[in-house]
Amino acid sequence: MTVATGIERRTNLAGNIPTAHKGRARAGRTVKYVLLLLFVVIVLMPVYVLLVTSLKGPSDVSAVTSWRLPSRWPWQAGPDGATGFDNWTIAWQTLAAPIGRTFLLAIPAAIISAMLGSMNGFVLSRWKFPYANIVFTLILFGMFIPYQAIMVPLVQMKTSLGMPSSIATLLIVHIIYGLPICTLIFRNYYEGVPNELMEASRVDGAGMLSSYWRIILPLSLPGFVVTIIWQFTSAWNDYLFALFLSDANQGPVSLSLVNLSQGAQLSNYGASMAGALIASLPTLVVYIILGKYFIGGLMSGSVKS
Amino acid sequence: MRKGIRNWGPPLLLISPTIVLVGIFVYVLIGVNISTAMTKDSALTASEFVGLQNFTDLLTEPRFLHSLANLGIFTVFFMVGTMLFGFIWAWMLDKGVTAEGAFRSIYLFPMAVSFVASGVVWRWLLSSAQGDRASGLNRLLQSIGLGSLQNDWYNAPYWGMAAMAMPAIWQLAGYVMALFLSGFRGIPEELREAARMDGASEWKLYRHVIFPQLSPVALSALVIVAHMSLKVFDLIMAVTGSVYITEVPATYMWVALTGAEYGKASAIATILLLLVCIFIVPYLIYTARAERKARR
Repeated sequence: MTVATGIERRTNLAGNIPTAHKGRARAGRTVKYVLLLLFVVIVLMPVYVLLVTSLKGPSDVSAVTSWRLPSRWPWQAGPDGATGFDNWTIAWQTLAAPIGRTFLLAIPAAIISAMLGSMNGFVLSRWKFPYANIVFTLILFGMFIPYQAIMVPLVQMKTSLGMPSSIATLLIVHIIYGLPICTLIFRNYYEGVPNELMEASRVDGAGMLSSYWRIILPLSLPGFVVTIIWQFTSAWNDYLFALFLSDANQGPVSLSLVNLSQGAQLSNYGASMAGALIASLPTLVVYIILGKYFIGGLMSGSVKS
Repeated sequence: MRKGIRNWGPPLLLISPTIVLVGIFVYVLIGVNISTAMTKDSALTASEFVGLQNFTDLLTEPRFLHSLANLGIFTVFFMVGTMLFGFIWAWMLDKGVTAEGAFRSIYLFPMAVSFVASGVVWRWLLSSAQGDRASGLNRLLQSIGLGSLQNDWYNAPYWGMAAMAMPAIWQLAGYVMALFLSGFRGIPEELREAARMDGASEWKLYRHVIFPQLSPVALSALVIVAHMSLKVFDLIMAVTGSVYITEVPATYMWVALTGAEYGKASAIATILLLLVCIFIVPYLIYTARAERKARR
């Protein structure tokens, strides 16, 4: 098992195709690009709809024109006095506070579970104890369980311990259920660290903690990037835990977005679509800036052998 | 013995918080859930033990069977769709494409978006209104002259869940693509060259060299997509809310829980866990074995 941090580009060895095949190869290439672009259009279609609809004033929204561009600039008021930007204002007013709370949830959840995962990964890859592999598999299982299977006891536990329906409760839950994947990613990452490094420090008489601190941790930046992206995204996008364990008025952005969008009439689609865009922005920014590592996270989340 | 403890004592200490937390929050809670599933409904504590009755009730209840059938249809379409698009995209990109990075990023980006956010637009795209009131995909089909293809999407009884798989495919086909692409890239170029030298046709090259090399990746992708599909919850809640027509066990469990039917909710959750285990347990054993073999 190795962590692939990105997909390596292989050199293309298509240099010496016989001349007779060249015409057919060119036709094939055209077909391929047409298909690739067609898929791009299909994949981006929901984004087009979100953008276009979010910039239309209520008077501009009708079934007939729903696929068209807005009929006026978003800052120009329609006959009802509303502009396209009003959607964004409404959405922002509704979502600003939940978005703030979600940052307070997703950032610590990502950092803390990444740190615990790093320690676990170090132990499970380098300082094995008896039955370490069985313990690892048992931890890993926690990654795949449907969270419904622990939800009723979790709700009971929260009630009986008197834990509030707050971001703090969600934070604890996200840290705990993030442990399996963070452990997996770091374990795979540390498996790739050359043994000689560890041997050398052991010869120097370094104990476990000091070799972790001095040798492993400085090498761990890529592992941290991957786990933190992964955990941030899953805490940000979570809806299940939020619905079961937090209060709609004090919950993360997913809850507020559903409240904003459900029960929305066609005329109010603009605001909910603007809301969907705003709520997706943080994870999209992470994806755009750190996309290469994002792929790495996806790969290592897949128990690739 | 003393030396043994000194050797693996510290690592055990370092990992013990995780062992304790995962032990409690995964295994103990699953145990509690199963025991709750064997008690009578609507009581949080000190409830009456009823054995497997909640399970037998569920498995004879039309509503639960309907949710299972929905889940089955959804899973089949979701798996076939993601595997198909994922493979085609990876295959096209593998053969050398200008701006490969751009295509890859675009196909993969839906993965970064939550089902809750994309559900807003898919609810609109899959609107069942037709004719003059049509919006979303029905309006699009009308305007490109394919009006006859308009349909009820997820509002259609039974096969509606196939339409519900569309957003899920949109979201995760790129992920399967990334897996397949790394699989393609893992095949040594010498292997392909050698096969071409032996005069193997393109099809034979795929049949005998590339597909066998890709099968572990395909297996991983299938298991991951399957277990995601069985757990589907956010998507359904975001697109339709918890309504009967698109009900799956995970959303039915939410309905039972909000109705304070704890025994029933736990029983549904237990069945869901068993379904996921059918895929996951053999897979975990398989990867653990493969890894041990690789290390030898």
